Amino acid sequence: MRDIRKSLVDIVGERGVSDAQEELWFYSRDPGVLAPHRPDYVVAPKTTEEVQKIVRLANREKIPVVPMGNGMSLAGLVIPLKGGIVMDMKRMNKILEVNSMARYVVVEGGTSQGALKAYLQEHHPTLRHSIPDAPPATTIAANVSLHGQGRLTNQYGFNSDMVTGLEVVLPTGKICLVGSPSIGPYWISKGPTLPDLSGLFLGWLGCTGIITKVGLKLYPNKKIRDAELFVTDRVDLIPHILYKLTHLEMLEDINVWFQPKPLMFLGNFHITIFFTGDTEEEIEFKRKMIWDALQEYMDSKDGGFMAIQYMKSVLLEMPGRNIADFADVPKGGGFEYSGPIAPIEHFPQYAAKLVELAAKYNVLYASAARLISGGHCMMFSISFAFNRNDPAMMERVEKALDEAMAFALDMGGIPWKPNFKEQKMTLEKMEPNARNLLLMIKKNLDPQGIMNPGNWEVNS
Amino acid sequence: MTYIRHIEHETIVHRCFRCGYCKYPSDYSDFNCPSYKAFGWDTFAPGGRMWLTRAWLAGEIETSARFAEIMFSCVACDNCKNQCVFPKFKDFLPDIFQETRAELVGEGRIPPGVRDYFKAIAVNGNPYKLPQNERGTWAAGTGLKPYNNHKYLFYAGCVGSYDEVGQRMAKSVGKMLVDTGLSVGILGSEETCDGNDVRVLGEMGLFTQLAQANVDAFKAKGVKEIITLDPHALNTFKKDYPGLGGIFQVRHYSEVLAELIQKKKIKLKAYPVKITYHDPCYLGRHQNIYQAPREILKAIPKAELVEMHRHGPNAFCCGGGGGNFFTDILGTAESSASRVRVREAAETGANILAVACPNCAKMLSDAVKMEHLEDCMEVLNLAEILERARK
Repeated sequence: MRDIRKSLVDIVGERGVSDAQEELWFYSRDPGVLAPHRPDYVVAPKTTEEVQKIVRLANREKIPVVPMGNGMSLAGLVIPLKGGIVMDMKRMNKILEVNSMARYVVVEGGTSQGALKAYLQEHHPTLRHSIPDAPPATTIAANVSLHGQGRLTNQYGFNSDMVTGLEVVLPTGKICLVGSPSIGPYWISKGPTLPDLSGLFLGWLGCTGIITKVGLKLYPNKKIRDAELFVTDRVDLIPHILYKLTHLEMLEDINVWFQPKPLMFLGNFHITIFFTGDTEEEIEFKRKMIWDALQEYMDSKDGGFMAIQYMKSVLLEMPGRNIADFADVPKGGGFEYSGPIAPIEHFPQYAAKLVELAAKYNVLYASAARLISGGHCMMFSISFAFNRNDPAMMERVEKALDEAMAFALDMGGIPWKPNFKEQKMTLEKMEPNARNLLLMIKKNLDPQGIMNPGNWEVNS
Repeated sequence: MTYIRHIEHETIVHRCFRCGYCKYPSDYSDFNCPSYKAFGWDTFAPGGRMWLTRAWLAGEIETSARFAEIMFSCVACDNCKNQCVFPKFKDFLPDIFQETRAELVGEGRIPPGVRDYFKAIAVNGNPYKLPQNERGTWAAGTGLKPYNNHKYLFYAGCVGSYDEVGQRMAKSVGKMLVDTGLSVGILGSEETCDGNDVRVLGEMGLFTQLAQANVDAFKAKGVKEIITLDPHALNTFKKDYPGLGGIFQVRHYSEVLAELIQKKKIKLKAYPVKITYHDPCYLGRHQNIYQAPREILKAIPKAELVEMHRHGPNAFCCGGGGGNFFTDILGTAESSASRVRVREAAETGANILAVACPNCAKMLSDAVKMEHLEDCMEVLNLAEILERARK
């Protein structure tokens, strides 16, 4: 084997490569419960051409390559399960173009959600993107490659639905443009009216190529954002309430959350309803529509709106800084969640299962479901916190999450950002011809099997 | 030899989620951690340090030159403490990093630049290896006299006493204090290093010696009130010296000048110029003094104060804190903090980059040259600017 380190240094320079114990230790793990696995090298390219050269080298030498954003999936998706090269993409963080009239932005893949938010606020204050509730360091490419969601997902679908074009380095080292940028200068469509090749990369968790540029839809940034919080203790009513709310067709985002701590939240289901407007009149009109839609539940004493002035700023914050707090409830620095995509009618069953699993495995739970595309489905988060200094608790959380995903699959749900075990469970359940199609795609795109191996591994 | 490692806050090291809020300003517009900005590896961010410290304490990684570089490249700017989203332990992040450095000092595994810094101070009393009897020469021509029952002691510190840029700042501040009729004296060759950066770098024994010597000297002279040139000295005088019996009224010179302007002891004429102000970490985030320097600049008729994108509690460090001013672990590459900062200053269109700390003055003056900005921007301390605007 050639001197791989020297070859990598030739490509990205000394400051772009590390095989020091410190980087190998750190980049071998993520904040979730899965066991670490050491890479052999960590590299941090600055350009698409550098990515291309690294991938060509890896392809030639049959070295695994794991592209990484901020590593915050919590599901071990950037743990190099078979060693090789972890490619930290965060130095590729340029915002390349904003087409304000066509409402899209083109960014390098390692651009962080926080940086894009700040850039738009300063330079294009009438535009926004769908900000996930993940920390601001999470990257645009990683988010779309795992079908992330954000604050505009109820209105416009998964964040990956908002992609308007991709630049991808294929496992063989070829650079490929996907969508409208493949035939012209505009990043206006990831697929339609062409065959939609973006599906070869979105949702593949870096197993079919490395996304180096992303075109992303932007949306009107209304002058006022507001929220209401509806509370009920009747879980059976949640699907009906959500159905009524989505019928309004005017809400920015809808989240349903419940948790046993602090105790003031125990036993209730909280529906946070976000809405926007350019005038106070528009806001008040929407508020009235929301209240009218849920009046019957107030009349029947099954629920009501909470006074939320004291927490409104926290609710409206993007991303929500308080979400990470859950990791410190057991004073231990960790939480992990499964997030199956499921029909909203199954909310009560998922809620019951979460509570059951928490009791069975003696772990602390929380849940926050987000509506997707106006209620066609929801992401139901099954979250468990753990103490990183308590391996037994981490093991219990891992088992609880495994069981949660088995339950979700039995319920007809599909996994969101599944870890390698959940991927296997999913593939086993998948209709054989669909599974073979995945195999065919993976084999053709990545003949050496170098891209994030251990993930979406399809056995014929 | 196997070392049993222990730091005071080791029971909370595992609570870091490594979410990364700590490396940003509050609007997430850029990375606000100088070492992460310079090196670009997650290991050089506060979350990386937390996780590596835990691994190191657990024996999962060994002490190495790289580990020491990661720990000593922290500039102690306190941005992480401000931005961390975990209120129950965020305040201890800088302590954890300092305690880890102290353990490395104990093991004798520190970067050569840090070793040389300690050695120079231990041998010479200053990091410049210059004679003690030259410590007060900067004051020539300022009118400042040796401290002798004056109301205030003006403490210049090592950078103000020996560095060319620092001396310029000490002279201008000292002269202005004298000109306003303030009763102020200096220790000159009797002054000793304040030890702030020695403490931050983890040499607690040397720090205690320095601090105790200062406390004893101040007390012997009857010092009650101190005006510091250097926010680093201000910080340790206020935070650490009381624990050693050194209870003094300590103010930064910017606070004193702002008060003198308010009392009309300094009268100003029109000075039409565009100024941007760089918040020093030890004045801003460490001591929460943001307004006094701005009051000074806003008091100048016709002068326009324009803020950099990152300012106040979100200011980006010049890279000179945590001893890096001397050890230079961050280096001078394009992504080094001082160069990033002067580019940000230049974006405001300001003609003057105002500074209030001698370390910042030096770091940013050098960076202006490296960025070839000399023709459009001057780095001046608050007193120099006031001097130009004085009637």
